[in-house]
Parts: sequence; C-alpha cells; structure tokens
Amino acid sequence: MSTRIVSNIQKFTWKRFFLQWEWMLIALLVIIFTINSNISPYFLNYTSITDATMTFLDKAFIVFPMVMIMIMREIDISVGSTAALSSIVMATLYNAGVPMVIAIVACLLVGALCGFFNGYLLVKYRELSAVIVTLSTMILYRGIAYMILEDRSAGDFPDWFSYFGWGYVGGIPFILCLFVVLAIGFVLLLQKTTIGRRIYAVGSNPKASRFSGVKVDKIKLLVFTLAGLMAAITAIFLTSRMGSTRPNVANMYELDVIAMVALGGISTVGGKGKMLGAVLAVFVIGYLQFGLGLINIPAQMLLIVIGILLIVSVTVTNFRVTRKAPQRKAKKNQAKKVS
Amino acid sequence: MSKYVLELEGITKEFPGVKALDNVHFNLKAGEIHALMGENGAGKSTFIKVITGVHSPTNGDMYLNGERVEFNNPKEAKKLGIAAIYQHVTNYPDLSITENIFMGHEKVIKWTRRIKWKEMHKEAKALLESLGSDLDPKTEMGSLSVAQQQIVEIAKSLSSQAKIIIMDEPTAALTHRESEELYKITERLRDEGVAIIFISHRFEDMYRLADRVTVLRDSQYIGSWDVDKIAHDQLIVAMVGREIKQLFPDKKNELGDELLRVEGLGQIGRFKDISFSLKQGEILGITGLVGAGRTELCQALFGIEPYDEGEVYFEGKKQIIKTPNDAMDLGIGYLPEDRQDQSLILQWEISRNISLSALESISKKGWLNTKKENDMAKDLAEKVDVKTNSVFNLANSLSGGNQQKVAVAKLLTTDLKVLIFDEPTKGVDVGAKSAIYQIMVDLAEAGYGIIMISSEMPEVIGLSDRIAVMCEGRVTRFLDKSNASQEVILQAAMSKEINDSKAG
Repeated sequence: MSTRIVSNIQKFTWKRFFLQWEWMLIALLVIIFTINSNISPYFLNYTSITDATMTFLDKAFIVFPMVMIMIMREIDISVGSTAALSSIVMATLYNAGVPMVIAIVACLLVGALCGFFNGYLLVKYRELSAVIVTLSTMILYRGIAYMILEDRSAGDFPDWFSYFGWGYVGGIPFILCLFVVLAIGFVLLLQKTTIGRRIYAVGSNPKASRFSGVKVDKIKLLVFTLAGLMAAITAIFLTSRMGSTRPNVANMYELDVIAMVALGGISTVGGKGKMLGAVLAVFVIGYLQFGLGLINIPAQMLLIVIGILLIVSVTVTNFRVTRKAPQRKAKKNQAKKVS
Repeated sequence: MSKYVLELEGITKEFPGVKALDNVHFNLKAGEIHALMGENGAGKSTFIKVITGVHSPTNGDMYLNGERVEFNNPKEAKKLGIAAIYQHVTNYPDLSITENIFMGHEKVIKWTRRIKWKEMHKEAKALLESLGSDLDPKTEMGSLSVAQQQIVEIAKSLSSQAKIIIMDEPTAALTHRESEELYKITERLRDEGVAIIFISHRFEDMYRLADRVTVLRDSQYIGSWDVDKIAHDQLIVAMVGREIKQLFPDKKNELGDELLRVEGLGQIGRFKDISFSLKQGEILGITGLVGAGRTELCQALFGIEPYDEGEVYFEGKKQIIKTPNDAMDLGIGYLPEDRQDQSLILQWEISRNISLSALESISKKGWLNTKKENDMAKDLAEKVDVKTNSVFNLANSLSGGNQQKVAVAKLLTTDLKVLIFDEPTKGVDVGAKSAIYQIMVDLAEAGYGIIMISSEMPEVIGLSDRIAVMCEGRVTRFLDKSNASQEVILQAAMSKEINDSKAG
C-alpha cells in the first residue's frame, strides 16, 4: 500500500472568510444605520437608541436556544406561551404574598418545566413532529395562563424589580449587558465545545449521531428545557418593563424569534447556521423596526418589510447551499481522478 | 439494419472542470447480457445516464438500431424502449404494485379519463406471472422485500415495451437465493430478445450471466471482451489498473483470551437463543440470508435496540448493554451497514467525521481542541489510507470505498476491543475491498476481536477464523475455517429444520 500524506492544515483564504452570511447581516446593519440616521435626526440619539434596544431585546433571549433547536431540525413554537405562563405564575405568587425573589425563582422553574415537558414528549414519542407537539403545548400553556388570571392583569411589583427592564450598568442598559454576555457564551458553546459539536451532528444526521455514541435524547431534552428557561428570562424582563402582566403577553413572540433565527442564516433542514448570525439578526430586525417606526411608517407596512426581508434572506441562504453543490461534484470527480 | 441494437461511439461528457466520460465506445446486441464493470467513480453511472437521456453527451454519437439518436430528456429514451432499474429501487411505497407498474402510462378510457383498474390489474398480474412471480398486484409496494420490488421494477419496464434494460447493481441488496431468482428472470428476458446491460461489483454475477463485458476505468474506455475469453486476473488488472495479488490477506496470528461471551441472547420476534464467544485476535464471521437476524443481533450487542433476554459477558464479567454508550464504554464498536445513513455525516469534513465518537478525548472540560482533532484525523486517515489530500475535504467528496475507510477510522479513535463490522464491503469496489480486508486482518493481529456480518460467501470463508450461520433468528451451525464451504453454509442458512433435527 502506498503511504499517502494527508494534510491537516487548512489554508486561510479571504474568499472563504468573506463568504459567510454574517457579513451580509453586518452590511444590512450598516445600511439600516446609515439610512435611518439620514432620514431621522432622532435615530442616532443615545437615549432613544438604548431605549429601542431595551424594547426588542427581551424576546432575543429565546433566540439562543431556538438556534440550537433549529440546528437540530426541530422547532419550538410554544416559547411565547411559556413566557406568558411563567410571567403569570410569578405575578400571581407575588400578589399572594410570596417574596419576590422566590416568585422569580418559581418563574424560572415553570419556564424550565414547560420546556422540559416539550422535550420529554418529543423524546418519548419519536414519531411526533415538533411542530405539532409544541403547537399543542403552546395552546395548553396559554390556556393555563388564562385559567390562572382569567382576563385580568397583575402587577404592583416592588420597585427594585423594575431594574431588570429599566436599569443601567455604567450607562449601558442592564438587559444589553446580560444579552451580550450570554451571546458570547452561547457563540462559544455552539462553536467550540463538545455539546455544540454534538448539536450540529444531531441536526446533520441523527441516526449516525446515535450510532456514534451521541446521546441524542439527552441533548434534545437539555436544549428544549433551556428554551423554556430562556422564555422565563424573557418573561422577567418583559414583566419588569411593563410593570404588570396579562395572560396575553408575549403573544406571537415565537414567530418573531423564529424570524430572527431564520434571518440569521440557520437553515430549517438542520445542521447549518451559526449563533453569531442569529445574534446579528436580532439587531437587524430590532433597529429596522425602530427606524421604520421613527419615520412614521405604519405598523402594517413594517410587517410587509420584515416579511420581504425574510423571504429574501431565506432564498439567498438556500441559494448559497445549492450553488455550492455543482462545485462539490466537480471536486468529487477531481478527487477520484487523483486517486 | 445494424447488428447492434445500441451503439455508442466516442462518447465524451464534460462537467465544469471534469471529464466524467472520455471517448467511450460501447455496443449491445439484441438478446445479450452485457456486463459493465469498473471501480466506483469509473464513470459507469454517468455512462448509464447518457444512455437513458438524463445527461446529453458533450461529444460523440449514439445509434439505436443503426439510426443516430439524441435524447434531450429521459422520457424520449423511455419512448424508444430504454429502461433502467436502479440499485436503490425508486418507487411509490404507499401505492399498489399495479399503480407502480403503470405509473406514467396508465390505461384510461379515452374521453372520461377514467382509469381502467380491472384491465390494469389483469395485465400487471400477467406481467408478474411471466416473470415467475405470484405476487398480488394489489399489494402495497412498501410491504415487499427488495427482491420483490425489483421484480416489479422489471415488470414495469416490460410494460413500457422496453427493448433495452439497464440493471444498476440489482443484486447488491439481495441474498444468494434471491439473486438466483433474478438471474433466471434476466436470462428469460434475454431469451426473449431483450438486450440487457448489467452493472455489478460481484464477479459472481458477471460469470453467471454475462456474455460480454465492457470495462471502464478513470472515465475511460478500457475494452470489451467475451466473458469466456478473458481470465479473471486480466479483468481485475483492466478494472483496477494494477494487479491485486491476493484478495484475502493471510491471517496467521494466535488467538488470545476470551473477550466476549454471549449466552442465550434473544430479542422478541428477531432472534433467539444465541450463544457464542469471541477471542482476542479472532475474526468471527456471521452469515445467513438477509433477514436472518444478523444485523439485529449485532445492533443489540451495540445497544441500539436492547436485547430482551440472555447474558453478555465482557472479559469474563457480566455486563448489561442498553445504549451505544454502554457498548462503547465497555469497548465494543460497530461499523453500520449503511455508512451514508448510519455512520457518516456526508456534508462534514473528514476530520469532524473521524472525531465524532471520540469528542471526549480531543477536548478538555468540554472545550474542543481542534489541533488535536486534526492531528488525530490525519494519523488515522493515513493509517487506513483514505484517498484524499486533506482532512478538510468533505466526506461526500470520497468514493464509497474511501467513505468506508473513514467509517473504519472512526472506530479506531476510541479504546475498543471488539469491533463489529456489518457488511463492511457492501457497494465497495475491488481495490478498496482488498484494502478493507487488509485493515481487518491487521486489527485482528493487533489483538482486536472482530465480528463480521457478511452475505458474501467468499469474504466470509476467506477471512473468518470461525463462521456462525444464522437462519430465522437462530444460529444453525458453527463452522471452522477448515470445514467451511459455500455448500455447507448455504445449507445451514436455508434449512433450519433439518439442522434442528440433527442437533436435537
């Protein structure tokens, strides 16, 4: 047998470096900033921009686990309802005389439990699709929220609780600080750790992952539980900012979150996309909404813009994948020729 | 009129950057079976796609019954009587046999466009009977075995009046007996004047069936011969471009201590009462017909679908295996039968594929060390001789045989003692086959205990120290290397009752 030398050094090429969807999103962000600051003098105002950031960042916490879920070829559309239920439980407990700190812990627990239940159903009954399972729990969790509070609102939280929604750390909103820290953590988790690698493996080929000793069920349970927990964190920030809560809060959050993830370049066929893309997409959609609002574009128009943006991004990211296919084929044949 | 039904002259097909076919000649007589052989990636598939109109050639001419033809799409080829049957049968599993046979050319009442079911069922039945099959045409396609589905595919091509039938590795998923059935049908078609192009990696198929053989290598035409006028060695040289001196390497090592012992293992409805042991350095072949429970047994040992009864002893200690992790922690590894579905992530780099089951060893507290990963991948890729220039090439850029080598490399990343190979050379060309055999023997000599499931008799007899023959979920016979022969194995694989009564 010939002894072949196989290279294990990957050459850096600028082309591959720039052929990343994330650059597109950065470009989009720059465009949005330039256009908006030209149109409206209020856009690049520090207070207004931090204010806007605080409003759209609450749901962005759910983006982290949603990226992992969609990389694993699953989806979770119950996160909005989970956030509502966690928020209602927290408010109701506090109003019933439970200390606020314990109410917050309960809120996190309820969220995690909701997520765990989704994951459990999916792992236990493998033939069920995630869309149907989480659609059912989406209705269920929202239903429980309505049952607890009926159509009333709950609130009167202690003063310090408003810090989550309105507080600053050295001039930077607390929510932004936490988001950035978590974003760095999750980017590293997905790209640099064994768990991240396994999540990509499960999304790329679940069967081969199982045969390779990846604990597919455990990872699924973990990630869905995480989604519930993050929905609860969203609930805390949202409730804090609004000062009170109702059973219909966080309505349609799941769709906003999925839109952010899709715009971030995470493909629904699984195994593709990066956390960083989704994090950038959060800001793209957030500032786009804010900018359009500033120049008095009606809300309906805003939906149309976001819809079109999504269609374009999804087709472009898919186009990227299909366009690479013939090149790969050519390479394949070349490789064979070499051999 | 020309003496050939199909002639191809100087066919060249270029894809951007590559020549997939380079000046290929081919001719086919009516009533002959013509084998097309070559290693994976030699250009056979592209060649077939040119004939069936999927690709149009960049250069060259094609003549059908002496007339020059050009196909723009597969439909035109079909109309002129060219049909292809693929290895992975493409059909509608939820529809009936009749619907599958007449898909695309249903019989309808002219004006109302209503489907003439009765007539179609009747004709389907007649077609199946002409092929010697007694299947009910109303049966759902998905409930049939691969062999039966292939018969339906053949019936389908006959129903569209095919004069040229191309069979692409039809025996790859068939057992010995089923292959024999297929041979008979193929011969009957030949006698009726149908011209058949037969592609297979099994030399058995070619010697049994073909009148002539054409060999392609590296996209080029090597030659055509009458099968009885070319020696086996010559043919291999033509296909591989070099001589393979010995397909099965000599295995001379001493067997060591017992590694694995299985007692009375059973899984409801799949296998029952299985007992055997495996020593260090031993290759235990498990053979039998497809569906005899071989894969199920080994997947139970690997914890994919846990066993219901019986005991497993590993290095003398009783162990319970419920998940693949249990098995891997003990030191049992499994090379799945379907490497593309069960072993590799095709869109990943070779390095990531190799490291997937050993992420613990290339990480520290959960953080991956990519340098370590790439070093490990390089070492193992070189060890099993994967034909690639970088560990960053994607797995789907490799040929089947080299993908299989990557799958084997994956097993070597963790500290294993028992390796289970499930059909290790399925769909692999002869060059890569000999390389995989060499790897297996090397591993056995290095002290691994190896269990090899295989349907290919020469492979089982050529490599194994001992052979267990399974039939309907039970081991019907153990054979030593010295007393193994194809006849004995076949007998044990097919006639369970006889052996039972002998044993009892």
